[in-house]
Amino acid sequence: MNRQPISTGSEWTFDLIRDYDKEIGRIAHDVYGLETYPNQIEVITAEQMMDAYASVGMPLGYHHWSYGKHFLHTEKNYTRGQMGLAYEIVINSDPCIAYLMEENTMTMQALVIAHACYGHNSFFKGNYLFKTWTDASAIVDYLVFAKQYISRCEERHGIDAVEDLLDSCHALMNYGVDRYKRPYPISAEEERRRLIEREEHMQRQVNDLWRTIPVNPNQADEQHEEPRYPSEPQENLLYFIEKNAPLLEPWQREVIRIVRKIAQYFYPQRQTQVMNEGWATFWHYTLLNHLYDEGKVTDGFMMEFLQSHTSVIYQPPFDSNWYSGINPYTLGFAMMQDIRRICEHPTEEDRRWFPDIAGSDWLETIKFAMRTFKDESFILQFLSPKVIRDLKLFAVVDDDKRDYLEIAAIHDDEGYRVVREYLAAQYNLGNREPNIQVWEVDRRGDRSLSLRHQRHEGKPLGETTDEMLRHLHRLWGFDIHLQSLDGDTVVGEAHIPPRPSRDEERLPRFDMNIPPI
Amino acid sequence: MSYVIDRRLNGKNKSTVNRQRFLRRYKSHIKKAVEQAVGRRSITDMDHGEQISIPGRDIDEPIFHHGQGGRQTRVHPGNREFTSGDQIARPQGGGGQGGTQASNSGEGEDDFVFQITQDEFLDFMFEDLALPNLIKRHLAGTDTFKPVRAGISQQGNPSRINIVRSMRAAHARRIALSGGSRSRLRLAMRELEQLKLTQPDNLDDIKALEEEIHALRRRVARIPFLDTFDLRYNLITKVPHPSSKAVMFCLMDVSGSMTQATKDLAKRFYILLYLFLQRNYERIEVVFIRHHTSAKEVDEEEFFYSRETGGTIVSSALRLMQQIVQDRYSPNEWNIYCAQASDGDNWNDDSPICRDLLINEIMPAMQYYCYVEITPREHQALWYEYEQVAAKFPESFAQQQIVGAGDIYPVFRNLFQKRMAS
Repeated sequence: MNRQPISTGSEWTFDLIRDYDKEIGRIAHDVYGLETYPNQIEVITAEQMMDAYASVGMPLGYHHWSYGKHFLHTEKNYTRGQMGLAYEIVINSDPCIAYLMEENTMTMQALVIAHACYGHNSFFKGNYLFKTWTDASAIVDYLVFAKQYISRCEERHGIDAVEDLLDSCHALMNYGVDRYKRPYPISAEEERRRLIEREEHMQRQVNDLWRTIPVNPNQADEQHEEPRYPSEPQENLLYFIEKNAPLLEPWQREVIRIVRKIAQYFYPQRQTQVMNEGWATFWHYTLLNHLYDEGKVTDGFMMEFLQSHTSVIYQPPFDSNWYSGINPYTLGFAMMQDIRRICEHPTEEDRRWFPDIAGSDWLETIKFAMRTFKDESFILQFLSPKVIRDLKLFAVVDDDKRDYLEIAAIHDDEGYRVVREYLAAQYNLGNREPNIQVWEVDRRGDRSLSLRHQRHEGKPLGETTDEMLRHLHRLWGFDIHLQSLDGDTVVGEAHIPPRPSRDEERLPRFDMNIPPI
Repeated sequence: MSYVIDRRLNGKNKSTVNRQRFLRRYKSHIKKAVEQAVGRRSITDMDHGEQISIPGRDIDEPIFHHGQGGRQTRVHPGNREFTSGDQIARPQGGGGQGGTQASNSGEGEDDFVFQITQDEFLDFMFEDLALPNLIKRHLAGTDTFKPVRAGISQQGNPSRINIVRSMRAAHARRIALSGGSRSRLRLAMRELEQLKLTQPDNLDDIKALEEEIHALRRRVARIPFLDTFDLRYNLITKVPHPSSKAVMFCLMDVSGSMTQATKDLAKRFYILLYLFLQRNYERIEVVFIRHHTSAKEVDEEEFFYSRETGGTIVSSALRLMQQIVQDRYSPNEWNIYCAQASDGDNWNDDSPICRDLLINEIMPAMQYYCYVEITPREHQALWYEYEQVAAKFPESFAQQQIVGAGDIYPVFRNLFQKRMAS
């Protein structure tokens, strides 16, 4: 075998990047059988990296002040040296776009290529959530369409009108996702073609829905028999508003749709953070070590690589000043490595805990795990006692009915399963975000929209709720009511416009005008 | 398969628009911060931007989230001494609990801090300020012209042909002129084909059709591909371009009574004026004239830092300025500004001379003349004489008093406050 290293210096050139990419790609595809989209590796400067940062991982986005805010924040922290930039950004598209930063050394570029172009890339292509919910080949086209559409709206309706609308949509972005229905992927071209058709159609539908208004006095009695609308509670608030809000213009519905689509595109990423980073970290580690075993890289290369690898997967303990939650790289990498260990060198404990994977082919098992799970189920399925011990995980319960915290479980025999369940629940998006659904629209009365919030573990809504209701009010155009339920009992209510207190209830209302947010 | 692309030469300011949107949205906050900064920092260091901080809660983007309370369970790493069932006091100030959730959404209650550039800083600083009498020079008749695109025309010279529009016009003309013949041609061909199949012996009709086809073909071919009629030209018109040259005269008293502190205040005022003019004119020249009993044109260094002693005759400086205007800066071409700084001292007999000189000879050529008196004391003769000038030229003459550094910016704003067009 040729044991000539690819390069020995730390400077990179385009030829060297191509050489490394070829070698890493050969190992990834031929030795380990990873399936990837083609790669588009783009070398950019630090300033461009800040731009990429600001657009939250979209290769191009419409204009909005909040991206400017991100940018200013990043710029300030970077220029003051408080923060280094990420070494890479990778975009779930076909071809898969990865950014390399000009300032990096050759070792770091190789690390990023292995991590992003083969790790993340194969995850995007393989994981079921990405396969079901995102369409990698259409996303760039769709973003182009969105950008053009929104700037056309700005020309036609003014920057302020569009900005207000986008503010409200962004606030509700997490509630613009279909969790159970798979969206039907269409290309941007088709999107454009169907746009006008849809606008007309939608307006007609909305008009139909509201046709029963105003109420005919003779029919007022029948109101009790009127079935509740919507007949089932709706979790996708933005979708519901897009289709049903009475006063929105067609272009406003289309903007809501754009925000919704983008939220949907990012939804799998938010659900697979640990797995995605763990998978990519596992593969850069495995691929570069393989490269070293073949003699293609020098000892110096490995030292630099390991130094940076170690700092990426460092997990500060909970009482450290640098602690800000569990590092997804650490957890993901530890679990991926652990799956390989269980397959290759199972212990007695492993055989007891994982009878079906202990001793099996590690490559098949780990690929199966990557394809079939999201963070929550992945942890529930594969977090082993060894990883819990290594990371010394423990669970704390903070119950506001008691004035102390309680340690629910630690890394001991009784605790493993409990820790595992709690940790999995922690990555369950359904638990992390308050469960708020559309409950009822008063079609024959004041057109108000009622929402219901189901409390999870007795947790109340945060203090932004009023402002959120104002955003909802802006989109819906009529009164908004929100009920908080704990089990079946109503524990809290909020209204926009604010409800008068009981004694005032009989007085006529003059407060219909809501001040702008 | 991988492609490696060098994007480093692509534009790096992809975020500019978003940044502008942000500044636009928080204009009032930034303006307040800029005003505070102006009061705080010395006017001489105007050549850098400013750090702006906005209360974090004002720029939060709200989302629905869980509040404090209820039963919250979290898993943490790095256990050392806890065993299950341990009860610990709840840490105050939200310590480890929930910290991870908050870190995503920014800095919580902390301020949002960012940097604006010098240009943006000055923009905010000079907002609402306008140069008075900016229109006057249009009428002087020595305007220059600037070529501006003004759409498409049918006439023009060949170097301005708009190829796309010309070809489009040609295409439209060809369709318009040959459309009828073409459709008739297609019809005739089809008939001919039909005829040949069904009645191959009907030679008369076939011949008639063939002749018609031939005639139609020739007619279509006769239509030229491009006609002079089709040509379109980019139209360029000249619009008057107001003279954008300005000269700024800095007049300062350097007699013994002017201390270095007073001169510093004057300098700050001049720099402010200079920056302001710089934003309004493409080209700006500065002339420094200092005087005691006699006046002299000097360079900047000497203007601000050399010391002189002796009495004060202001009219000497005014005369010199008038001379320089006559020699080098014709009022027809130049917008002339003058800022005079003094501690108010003047030789008593000279003040009426100054007044007459200004009223009769200097002010008619001036765009704006401002006089700042840097003194904590009572006004002296010069001030009162100047008040008469101000009464005569209320549009273009202003005087103000400055006591300390804190007054400079308010006085400046006062002098250049945007006025309603009268």
